[in-house]
Amino acid sequence: MGEKVLMKGNEAIAEAAIAAGCRHFFGYPITPQTEVAAYMSKRMPKIGGVYLQGESEVASINMVLGAGAAGVRVMTSTSSPGISLMAEGISYIAGSDVPCLIVNVQRGGPGLGGIQPSQADYYQATKASGHGDFQMLVFAPSTVQEMVDLVAGAFELGDKYRMPAMILSDGMLGQMMEPVELPEKRENPEDNKPWAASGHQNKRGHNVINSLYIDPHELERLVVERYKKYDAIKETEQRAEEYLADDAEIIIVAFGASSRVSRSAVDMARKQGIKAGLVRPITLWPFPEKFLAKHAGHAKVFLSVEMSMGQMVDDVKLAINCSRPVEFFGRTGGVIPTPKEVLEQIVRLNGGGYRCR
Amino acid sequence: MTGDLNILLAGFGGQGILFTGKVIAYAGLMGGREVSWLPSYGPEMRGGTANCSVCLSDKTIGSPLVTMPDVLVAMNLPSLEKFEGDVVPGGLIIVDSSIISKKVSRSDVRAVYVDASNIAESNGLKGAANMIILGRMFRETGFCSAEILDKGLQKSIPPKKIELLGNNRKAIQLGIDS
Repeated sequence: MGEKVLMKGNEAIAEAAIAAGCRHFFGYPITPQTEVAAYMSKRMPKIGGVYLQGESEVASINMVLGAGAAGVRVMTSTSSPGISLMAEGISYIAGSDVPCLIVNVQRGGPGLGGIQPSQADYYQATKASGHGDFQMLVFAPSTVQEMVDLVAGAFELGDKYRMPAMILSDGMLGQMMEPVELPEKRENPEDNKPWAASGHQNKRGHNVINSLYIDPHELERLVVERYKKYDAIKETEQRAEEYLADDAEIIIVAFGASSRVSRSAVDMARKQGIKAGLVRPITLWPFPEKFLAKHAGHAKVFLSVEMSMGQMVDDVKLAINCSRPVEFFGRTGGVIPTPKEVLEQIVRLNGGGYRCR
Repeated sequence: MTGDLNILLAGFGGQGILFTGKVIAYAGLMGGREVSWLPSYGPEMRGGTANCSVCLSDKTIGSPLVTMPDVLVAMNLPSLEKFEGDVVPGGLIIVDSSIISKKVSRSDVRAVYVDASNIAESNGLKGAANMIILGRMFRETGFCSAEILDKGLQKSIPPKKIELLGNNRKAIQLGIDS
């Protein structure tokens, strides 16, 4: 660990990936993500890595599949419309049990939308990143330092479970600078991937990386196996940060950029004597149900604060089994909520003015 | 100085708004504080206005977007008009009076006028009005020590452009003396 430096979130992601041993980057520029690719284009040639700008997002994600199948640490990064273009490839990667890192620095949607920060790809990231039965590991950093830490963790867990992992960032976290401490460099993460199609040198049989299964029973068996793995992940990999939640009567649930705004609002509410707290999901899939369920006893109401039209609300309701009202406050289209706006909602709820029961 | 300080810097693209924010953020970091730096990005920057939120705190920073600044630095008229109303009562507004002839209309904030662009020009430091403003902000708020401010400046200038250090130092001093 060295001295702290100021880095943009996007640059920190790139440097953290390099430190984690990633030497293969394929991508296509799009605001507000472009600094990730720009940083990689400068650094990769100097360290013997590959930086390649594909002719499109579709090409880039398929290059990720190829490199991942060969067992190397590989990543891509894009912003919201780019993920839609990559959807097919992400499904193929999941169906081929290939680990990789996908970064989404979200912007407002739908369509071309805008370029300002958003969290409106929550459903896409956690429920439907492509066709078919599959999941991705989804991590939601809220600081630049956490981006760095989660990049390494996402690569590790992706390798461990042989599945794609996503860092779900947004334009605010990507563009802002904060102090970071970069981790020690890690070499040779490619070791110990006996499944990889990396050359058998006549010492073993062929490894086949594939997502095509014509026999429905064989495909069903594989998908069911994969879901057993997902169940194990749900059991062991949920992560969340709790802030002043233990005695809270009003619990805000927020991740990423909106969790920082919410944290400020919680501090303001506490100064007014209102028992507000925050549960901040760090993993969005698996959703940290356990961290929410344990507060359902003492909380009177939950408030999901998002930069979308309320895509996380249902997951909060399910996590607490609808045992308490779950309210929503959000801004969308690239607008960042202010702490004052969130405080107004807390004050309203403190007065018992629930919209839902 | 300790405690939270939320700073909003705003002006035209090319005036060094983002760089000024970076120097403040690095000074905060060198002083052992929590810091965040958030720029505006996209077409509003290309269209002419740039702004930058900087938070300095002794605690974990929540929202890095400064919506209620303790200090507003306005380096063009649209920025002053847009953000003047957001400054907290008792806050500070620093205006580059070479560029903005309008006065701050509020009476519950402290307004400081610095003839920054003209001072820069007459001292052969064209383009360094931002550092003159920074020097003055340092004097008005004492947000760090002079030594730490200089460290922040050194950290903010890339090694390839280190020859710019002297002029930036000079401009900061002119701001302190303004």
